[in-house]
Amino acid sequence: MYLRSDQRPQGSRLLLRVAVVGGVAVALFAVLFFRLWNLQVIDGDKYLAEAQTNRTREYKVIAPRGDILYSDGSVLVDNRTSLALTIETSKLPHDEAQANAELKELGSLVNMPLKKVKRKIREEEDVAPGAPVQLRRDIGHDIVYYLEENQRDFPGVKVEQVFVRAYPEGSRAAHLVGSVGEVSEEELKEQRYKGLEPGDEVGKEGVEDTYDHLLRGVPGTTRVQVDAFGQPTPGGELVSQPPAPGDNLKLAIDPKVQEAGEDSLASYGLPGAFVTMDVQNGELLGLGSYPTYDPDVLIEPSQKEVDELYEDPEWAPLTNRATEGHYPSGSTFKMITAMAALEGGVATPSTTIVDNGFIEIAGQPFQNAGKQAYGPVDLEKAMKVSSDIYFYELGREMNQTDLLQNWAARFGIAQQTGIDLPGEAEGQVPSKEWRDQLYAEGETDRPWAVGDNIQLATGQGDLQMDPLQLAVAYAALANGGKLVTPHVGKEVLDPLGRVLKEFEPKPRREIQIDPATRDAIMAGLHASAQEPEGTSYPVFGGFPIPVAGKTGTAQRPPHEDQAWYVVLAPYPNPRIVTVVTIEEGGFGAQTAAPAALRILEAYFDKKATEVGGETVAE
Amino acid sequence: MYQARTRNTRAAPFEVHTGIAERLGLAHLDWPLALAGIGLILFSVFTLGQATSHDVPGNPGYYVDRQMIYGVLGVLGMLVLARIDYSRFRELRVGIYTFLCVSISLVFVFGFAAKGSRRAFDLPFFSFQPSELGKLLLVLALAGFVIDGARRGSPVRRTLRYLALGLAPAALVFLQPDLGTSLVFVAATLAVMYFGGVPWTHFAVIGGGIVALIAVVLVAAPAVGTPILKGYQEERLTSFMNSGEHADGAAYQQTQSKIAIGSGQFDGRGEKATQTRLSFVPERHTDFIFAVIGERYGFVGAAFVLSLYALLFWRALKITTLSKNSYGTLVAGGIALSLLFQVFVNVGMNLGIMPITGIPLPLMSYGGSAVIATFLAIGVLQSINIQARVSQKDGFAW
Repeated sequence: MYLRSDQRPQGSRLLLRVAVVGGVAVALFAVLFFRLWNLQVIDGDKYLAEAQTNRTREYKVIAPRGDILYSDGSVLVDNRTSLALTIETSKLPHDEAQANAELKELGSLVNMPLKKVKRKIREEEDVAPGAPVQLRRDIGHDIVYYLEENQRDFPGVKVEQVFVRAYPEGSRAAHLVGSVGEVSEEELKEQRYKGLEPGDEVGKEGVEDTYDHLLRGVPGTTRVQVDAFGQPTPGGELVSQPPAPGDNLKLAIDPKVQEAGEDSLASYGLPGAFVTMDVQNGELLGLGSYPTYDPDVLIEPSQKEVDELYEDPEWAPLTNRATEGHYPSGSTFKMITAMAALEGGVATPSTTIVDNGFIEIAGQPFQNAGKQAYGPVDLEKAMKVSSDIYFYELGREMNQTDLLQNWAARFGIAQQTGIDLPGEAEGQVPSKEWRDQLYAEGETDRPWAVGDNIQLATGQGDLQMDPLQLAVAYAALANGGKLVTPHVGKEVLDPLGRVLKEFEPKPRREIQIDPATRDAIMAGLHASAQEPEGTSYPVFGGFPIPVAGKTGTAQRPPHEDQAWYVVLAPYPNPRIVTVVTIEEGGFGAQTAAPAALRILEAYFDKKATEVGGETVAE
Repeated sequence: MYQARTRNTRAAPFEVHTGIAERLGLAHLDWPLALAGIGLILFSVFTLGQATSHDVPGNPGYYVDRQMIYGVLGVLGMLVLARIDYSRFRELRVGIYTFLCVSISLVFVFGFAAKGSRRAFDLPFFSFQPSELGKLLLVLALAGFVIDGARRGSPVRRTLRYLALGLAPAALVFLQPDLGTSLVFVAATLAVMYFGGVPWTHFAVIGGGIVALIAVVLVAAPAVGTPILKGYQEERLTSFMNSGEHADGAAYQQTQSKIAIGSGQFDGRGEKATQTRLSFVPERHTDFIFAVIGERYGFVGAAFVLSLYALLFWRALKITTLSKNSYGTLVAGGIALSLLFQVFVNVGMNLGIMPITGIPLPLMSYGGSAVIATFLAIGVLQSINIQARVSQKDGFAW
């Protein structure tokens, strides 16, 4: 111990201790200086960049979706601005009871209970923390005024203008247009939605879905300087990138055709569908399904509205029957049967069969609808009067081969057409292998029989297809064998109306057809529509444009008969094909053909004159 | 007084002492030490003025005005203490020690709670935090006890006695709870003992004990379900070792502090500073004021501040060797080392190499008790210096 007294301490021991402390201090200061140099001078750039990202927040500015236009440029779907009530949660009173009171009063203004208001806030905060929460769209001006007058009682509450999809014609072309909605979690994982964020709006059905990437646009951003709590700081707007609106989509749809089709379907009040298509390039001039719905309802549907849409699976307003229907097509299928028989060498146009109105095949009696007897009939006559006996014979002849199934497949029956609408159905052409397979699995009570092929020859039995497939098949007949790809999208236009892109999908395939075969069938179809005794003569006999048409009456137990009509016009070199089907519509000439006539009248702008005559079963 | 001056004049005829320092009896003031302290408080006021003008709505000068007043009071206090012979504190050691323990204890009864901890009394114009002044009081009292008991008992007993005397107030502060200040108490205790000549072997044992204690506090006690530290304390202490892994909670503060300092680069961001201006760095006027300096004034400013502390410490250590008596040596050494400890722990915390312990940066962080107490400590150093110079010159002491 050096402390002998409380005198000034001397000696090497104290100095040693001081020296040790001094050395330690030098080391400690050196550590601090080196660390400081390291952070600021060596890694300074990195930390400066981090500070920059720290202090800015990007707010998204939603881009308006592109308009959807008719082929004549008139508007089918556009956007409207709506006043939306938004809340900035960070500006709500800090006291929870006070905040709740404010939210409760706010909720009562827009008919939302406090619970629902809080749930909405929670949901939106999860998706985009810090961003203002949109409580409700389409609030009335009275509420806006009330809020403005009582601004002080509602801190953090704002009214903003937002874009909402607008449907000026209500339910018009609803199944084509589809709907929009918030992108779902599953969708976000898909490549096509790359770059989107939760809460973004995307097309959900129809062309809104198919052409979503074109319609969507690119959201803009506003970069704002924020503090650590995410609050914008005064004067802190840094950069703004305006949103790029989506491109406009012009459809091939002809508003007159679409209107005529939808109105005529609606006039029966029965479920049904229609398709009108350019036979050369597959452009759809009209496509509709009944019953339909107003897409506006889907923007913010109430539970009651959702229930109504899904209530009755038979009624199913959301189903697009033109592309998703599963129906036997009745006698309209006879075109395929005739094609298979003629091209397969089973028959010639002059092959004559005596139609006594009755035939027994494999011990089973078959007869014409309405028990008619037409006597000796060749192909043209058989088409004209829709002789079942004639086609039963062909069906029997072709049962040993798969000619009929083969030709149905060539014409795209029960295959997806490749239309630019989501959710397209396929269907079913019954065949020996198919039925025997089912029988082997115990799914049906009997194996394939000749009767099945006879049923198929007249478009009955297990055949399942949709109106669009029939339209594509008849278009191929009309254009000499080109199986077109149907499409509603025609052009993409930029917001200034310049054409950016035209849609010209290639035909799926070319079917080799002997022109003589085509002409013979076309002649039969023309006679059927516009010569006395033709099945649809009472409907089309007085139409000034020559056409080729075929009626169909499909048996679909337990339902009533389903009416079909397919028509090519003008004959002999058609430009368009129209298919109409009406569930439980009776004979084709009773409901479907008159509906098709109204569409053709709208398209050609020509009225049919009355020719009289009774519609008959075919 | 008159006599003293004339003697001085005679003793050093080449010096003409007619200035104000002479008249105030501050002729032998250690000017580098005083200027380091004043430079630091001026820099603090300057920084607070630029960085906190938006902190208190409607009162841009809230912090800067108060800090300026604390600084003036502190400097006055320093000058007053410089004139008093520090040796009297040795005689008053029991009273000082009692006052120290009582004032800290009273906080539990009359103190007001801030951020979950009772540390200060709320006086009309000022909230007085006894533990800040306690850092100085502990050194003054403990140095007295060490001198007093220098020849009593075996070395081991003496060491244990000093430890007990020092750790008792440290424990009281720890219970407030104020982990940071209690660590400063421990550091001050060890510093006084160090200069009091406690053998190296004892320090080795104490060092081992500290390591064991840390192991118990941070590892063993939580493991058996009786944690000694509060959850946030433990998180703060350990987060610096893995900061960057999770940028929230305690690590968030240090991550933000590092970003702030780093982004200052060589010459600072000035008014473009965002990290500290936009509240990304918490407690920017107190514990993390060094981050503000680093961001605003860059390496230049931060290194300048560190240099002032180095100067301060160098002068304090120098005074330790100059003291006319052992008491002065112990007091000066205790003050010097506890200042070094606070500076290193606080700056290290800002730089992300030391845990978050809630130790303010002496003379920089906003806070009246700390600023005034630090100036008083510098005043005691000045007193030691003046006494040493005077006694060197003519053996006279007041």
